[in-house]
Amino acid sequence: MLIPVSIAISMVVFMIVHLLPGDPIDNLLRIGSSPEDRALMVAKYGLDQPLFTQYFLWMGAMFQGDFGQAIVLRRPVIDLIGQNLPYSLVLGGLAFAFSSIVGMLLGTVSAVVKNPILERFVRGFILLGSTVPGFWLALLLILAFSVTLGWFPVSGAKNWQSLVLPVLTIGFGGVALVARVTRVALQDAMREDFVMLLHAKGLSPGVILIKHLIPHALLPVVTILALRIGWILGGAVTVEFVFGRPGLGSLLIRAIGQRDYPVVQGCLLMLALAVMIGTLIGDLAQASLDPRVRENKS
Amino acid sequence: MLDVKNLAVAFGDIEPLSSVSFSLKRGEILGIVGESGSGKSLTALSIIGLLHLQGGRITRGQITFEGQELTQLAEKDYRKLRGGRIGLITQNPMTSLDPLQKIGSQLDSVIKLHLGFSQAQARERTVELLDSLRIPDAALICERYPHQMSGGMKQRIVIAMALAADPDLLIADEPTTALDVTVQAQIIMLLKKLVKERDLALILITHDMSVVAQTCDKVVVMYAGRAIEQGSVQYIFHGAQHPYTQALIKCIPHGLSKGQKLTGIRGTVPTVKNYPKGCAFHPRCDRAIAICSQQQPALIAASDAVVACHLVGESA
Ligand SMILES: Nc1ncnc2c1ncn2[C@@H]1O[C@H](COP(=O)(O)OP(=O)(O)O)[C@@H](O)[C@H]1O
Ligand SMILES: [Mg+2]
Repeated sequence: MLIPVSIAISMVVFMIVHLLPGDPIDNLLRIGSSPEDRALMVAKYGLDQPLFTQYFLWMGAMFQGDFGQAIVLRRPVIDLIGQNLPYSLVLGGLAFAFSSIVGMLLGTVSAVVKNPILERFVRGFILLGSTVPGFWLALLLILAFSVTLGWFPVSGAKNWQSLVLPVLTIGFGGVALVARVTRVALQDAMREDFVMLLHAKGLSPGVILIKHLIPHALLPVVTILALRIGWILGGAVTVEFVFGRPGLGSLLIRAIGQRDYPVVQGCLLMLALAVMIGTLIGDLAQASLDPRVRENKS
Repeated sequence: MLDVKNLAVAFGDIEPLSSVSFSLKRGEILGIVGESGSGKSLTALSIIGLLHLQGGRITRGQITFEGQELTQLAEKDYRKLRGGRIGLITQNPMTSLDPLQKIGSQLDSVIKLHLGFSQAQARERTVELLDSLRIPDAALICERYPHQMSGGMKQRIVIAMALAADPDLLIADEPTTALDVTVQAQIIMLLKKLVKERDLALILITHDMSVVAQTCDKVVVMYAGRAIEQGSVQYIFHGAQHPYTQALIKCIPHGLSKGQKLTGIRGTVPTVKNYPKGCAFHPRCDRAIAICSQQQPALIAASDAVVACHLVGESA
């Protein structure tokens, strides 16, 4: 399953990248270079070959773990990715943890506590979180907490404070989504037949919630969270850019600007890989929670 | 041991259940019969104190269990009764167990909660219990999940769960409706045996009159949220005076010969929103007289029976 999907993704990535107008050579040539110089450079990087030959050359190398050489930055793509990936992983990991934990808490509280004011607050929050675009929220946060209050740095990645606003920015939409899914899933679980018998056993509502309802509610939440991994990395791309942080996103955006094909391809493939790993983890988590899923797999 | 007096239940301002009274002793089986929507489940939920889960509440009446008034009981104390001294068996075994948990742990939890056993002691008791219900390979079954078992087997597990902490009263709300006919008979036999062996009291809710005839000592007949007639099983099957009860008994198919028609009761069960004025049964009653559509019939007590019908008052 993973292999055909990877190949399909690699084709799409390759096509998209090469369909961009312009090429990396423009960024390499000094002003005033002759068309002959240009043709030489194009040939050097194999860009004169038919697209489909280029694709197979690239894929062939990829299968041997060779991401190729960055054309503009003149370094192995793998080094560039290795240098930037940890920043993105930390940012994405924290944003993921933030949105899952806060989202599940909020969703649980709003499903269990019957209080009209709290209800309205959570609903408002969910609406806001699902509609406000990330980059706009980022600018707002920078304005409020960095420029006006001066609590957190405007940009960079020097210390932990620099992570707060980016994590909030990426995580915010996730919190709202996870809260909504948790809330609905819990309410559905409460309506299940077996809940009546749990009460009839004499269990307290707290025990029923923690031992029975939450595991049930986790099934859809886990699915959403797994899909969210890709989304968060996508969010990291813009957020890294807005906050001027190093990372896969910044690398990708710069490489796109320079039409540095091997770098763009490498970055996109890493993102696609992360999405696939996310789905895989989601399936595994689902199976560990639900014996019925486990059985269908085997 | 159980005495229900004049019970009424409301959801908001609709009152789907009113003036239900009956009593029950140890070793007795009380049948509650009536078409669906007549308030049987609401009666059960009232006794076990779980009406609030459906958004209902008891508005009038008393429920006395072993000298304790349950309608006034604090929730914390009620939890000790539920699963501890009152066991509930519900209708659909397919959906009444938690699908994510092993059978064993679902049973262990009741035992640990009410009897204060350790995990090891609880599991030992669980296995004994399953053995006593003639569930084969009890120790193995404990490691199974609900979806890996048949409906009949699951209903046995639900019964085991209700019995786990040695209750005094068992409430079985249509325990066989969702099962195959052959399995139905087994489950009913099992319940009957348990009542005898353990000196339990059992409330058996059903809409199957033939089950009632084979199993129960006493019967309450419900219609449109009221107990319209009750008495010993002999009275109900041989001396019932309410036209609805008589019609229910006529509907029992017993060895029909060819060409004989299965009788039903004409018309449909009224819903809570349009309970007819007067006697709720009068639009479907063949013997209705003028007063039936005007006035709710009062409960008339005879030696071993209670009936609510204007015709009974007439002839008496
Ligand atoms: N949650 C509820 N909200 C409002 N009305 C209800 C609710 N549950 C039951 N009722 C009403 O109470 C009546 C009796 O229901 P029930 O006791 O479940 O009937 P039975 O078990 O005899 O089939 C039904 O007609 C239904 O309209
Ligand atoms: Mg019912």
